[in-house]
Amino acid sequence: MIEASIIVERIEAALPGARVQVQDLTGTMDHYKAVVISEHFAGKSLVARHRAIYQALAEEMKGPIHALTLEVFTPEEWDAQG
Amino acid sequence: MSDQKKSISLPLANPEKSVEAQPRTRDEGGDVLSEIAREVAENPVLLYMKGLPQQPMCGFSARAAAILASYGKPFHAVDILVDPDKRQGIKEFSSWPTIPQVYIGGEFVGGSDILMQLHESGELGKLIASVSGE
Repeated sequence: MIEASIIVERIEAALPGARVQVQDLTGTMDHYKAVVISEHFAGKSLVARHRAIYQALAEEMKGPIHALTLEVFTPEEWDAQG
Repeated sequence: MSDQKKSISLPLANPEKSVEAQPRTRDEGGDVLSEIAREVAENPVLLYMKGLPQQPMCGFSARAAAILASYGKPFHAVDILVDPDKRQGIKEFSSWPTIPQVYIGGEFVGGSDILMQLHESGELGKLIASVSGE
């Protein structure tokens, strides 16, 4: 189990300026969804973007987080979503 | 006599080398990472998952298997729950901490979120077609 706020902190530390929204999907504090909007993602593949987030959460992914659904956007992509 | 022996030993050395070049399975004396490399090289569409497509043991694995199956092309699924070393090894192999993992044409494609996104954008269909000889 892990607090959502810690997940937000870790991602923000790794991707300065990112907008991060984390949702507890099951109410059990171990299945989360994160929406991350960052200019660091520009020109990067989906695999590279997800890896950047997984690296920020390397320790947490080994236990406390059982599942993490990711949605990743650049600010431009996010705005285009409407 | 000794000259003849030399000429016989030379051609034998080459086939041995070509065997070395291929990643070995654990049965063949390789390690688990080498075995994964072999599976990735030999299976055009490959899914590492929890359980098997007929009986997935995790919602994310079930979703990945269903997406791949929707294309009607054969794919190879490996159940990592029955193989703890491979369950750990696959995370090292791809520097990716979660399962399922999909490989197409020898390349790591991603986990279930990315697979769904590529499925919806049409890119996954193109990738699968490109390795199915279409």
